[in-house]
Amino acid sequence: MVKLTDITKVYLAGDVPVPALRGINLGIGEGDFLAIMGPSGSGKSTLLNILGCLDKPTSGKYELDGLEVSALDEKQLAVIRNRKIGFVFQSFNLLRRLPAVEQVELPLLYRRVSDRRRLALQALGDLGLAERVAHRPTQLSGGEQQRVGIARCLVTNPSLILADEPTGALDTATGHEIMRIFQRLNGERDITIVVVTHEREIAAYARRIIHLQDGEIVSDEPNSSSDRSPSGDGGSEASTA
Amino acid sequence: MSIIDTIRSAIAALTANKLRSSLTMLGIIIGVSAVITLMAVGQGSQKGVTERIQGLGSNLLFIRPGQSQASDVQSAVYGGQALTLVDTDAYAISDPEQFPYVEGVAPQVDFEARLIAGGENTTTSVIGTTPDYQYVRDFYVGKGQFISEDDIARKGLVAVLGDRVAETLFGDSDPIGKSVRLVVGPATMALTFNFRVIGVMEPKGATAIGDEDDLMFIPLPTMQARIPFLRHPQGLSNVFQISIKVSSRDDFDRAEKEIAALLLERHNVSEPDFEILTQTDVANLEAAETEISQTLWAAMAAIAGISLVVGGIGIMNIMLVSVTERIREIGIRKAVGATQGDILMQFLVEALMVTMAGGVIGVVLGVTLSTLADGRTILEQSVRADVSPVAVILAFGVSAAIGLFFGIYPAYNASRLNPIEALHHE
Repeated sequence: MVKLTDITKVYLAGDVPVPALRGINLGIGEGDFLAIMGPSGSGKSTLLNILGCLDKPTSGKYELDGLEVSALDEKQLAVIRNRKIGFVFQSFNLLRRLPAVEQVELPLLYRRVSDRRRLALQALGDLGLAERVAHRPTQLSGGEQQRVGIARCLVTNPSLILADEPTGALDTATGHEIMRIFQRLNGERDITIVVVTHEREIAAYARRIIHLQDGEIVSDEPNSSSDRSPSGDGGSEASTA
Repeated sequence: MSIIDTIRSAIAALTANKLRSSLTMLGIIIGVSAVITLMAVGQGSQKGVTERIQGLGSNLLFIRPGQSQASDVQSAVYGGQALTLVDTDAYAISDPEQFPYVEGVAPQVDFEARLIAGGENTTTSVIGTTPDYQYVRDFYVGKGQFISEDDIARKGLVAVLGDRVAETLFGDSDPIGKSVRLVVGPATMALTFNFRVIGVMEPKGATAIGDEDDLMFIPLPTMQARIPFLRHPQGLSNVFQISIKVSSRDDFDRAEKEIAALLLERHNVSEPDFEILTQTDVANLEAAETEISQTLWAAMAAIAGISLVVGGIGIMNIMLVSVTERIREIGIRKAVGATQGDILMQFLVEALMVTMAGGVIGVVLGVTLSTLADGRTILEQSVRADVSPVAVILAFGVSAAIGLFFGIYPAYNASRLNPIEALHHE
């Protein structure tokens, strides 16, 4: 469903061009669960932003669900973000003033959906937040805030969820809880998920892991831990070193 | 985002910061209410002039004495008036054979006097005149009777009070038949007369010649016959003004010419010792006087308009701050699918809501202030205020336009923010 061909991205630092991505070729199939790893500065976030239609590549071709995204204008990209893509952020990025249910309604507002309240409540319920719908971000724990963030993605029925260090601001236990949610969504609803992380045990939840270095993909392999539960509860096969 | 959702979200954003929103609105409120009030007062003063000129009566000519010398004592009582006109001049003009277009002639003599009745006293203008006055000036007695031909012939000590004078001296009780003491002349040689009240005029209000409720009418010859040093050598009455009602405005030119000829002949002079004014002349004099105050009000309204613009700049300032504060919010909204247009509308609607709410409050305040000011005396000026719907629509429209004008730049800035940078803004 995602096909990147020779994607490059060059930033200008003053007058000096700084390449962030140098010729990325990547295909992501429907229902895939991909982890992108790499040291900071390797281009992970840039790649995620391009996948999320927040940024445009300097050159190359990006096709999403058969649509050539790199040719779209700002307004069309906004529609793509609204309908096909859900973002999950490290810092949750919820709006300070709004109660949880209105956070989740936000994408539907821009889509002009009329029964958005019901859909938002349903999405929050799916994530175990039925009791917290009227709470503002300051009244929620980090894990709850992140679940509101995930509900905000899910409410639009996206084909692609992009998560940028989704566990980076959470303690380990909560981080794993969030990853299990992703795993469940991937398994039950067949939603394609891409997670950027630098933590190996977070990446271990994915079906496939790619490594980026200096703007290039240096490795791209299926996750070898077969049950994909790195906490080790009943793994049948030992993970490779 | 639908427009209703946009408005709802704008209201939520504005009420989240109530103090800031209301301070921002304040500039617009002050500007709009000031523009409406000052325009109302300007309009009111113009309307007041028109009404005062119409209040004189219609199709009038006025004859006044030209320059002449009066004795010191006479001018002390008469306020320096020249004495070239007499009552018989007026009676000659009322000859229907010679001047068929003349419908009425009212000679008058006026002076200041103090009136005392019971425990009350007041200083007012006393007008000596003839029965025709009512018809010529279109100003009638409301209660009792006006001066009659008989009162003139008897030089009777009878008086008709203006509505306000009657109220000042007698309050709620009926003044007719009661006695009023009139004191006239400089303090050292003051003369006192007792007049019997025979009527009270209907209320009229201010006209081009002043407040017509603050007057007292007596028969034309009464005073001059009774005060030796005012007495005319031939036993006539001096007259300060002759008001003449003609049948139509078309007769003005002819009347002016023929009456002038008559008076020259009667006074046996070659150059006129009198002047003839038409109602239009009076109106022009009055208009010239009020033009100054009208220009003043217009200038003040313009200054108020500037304060509206300043209020608009305040809105732009706050909106720019608001955009800066909410960069991250803009990033989030863009990430979940807001287009540039959505963001532009969001901030533009917020600016419009502030100015339009300020506009509505300003209109209410301005109309209230105008209503309160109407009919009051402020800085020794009697204020008339007339709120026109045009002024209201104009002020409100301008405030909305200001919201649009000063809101568009911050909103445009917000819409153009790069979503990635916005999302990582601290």
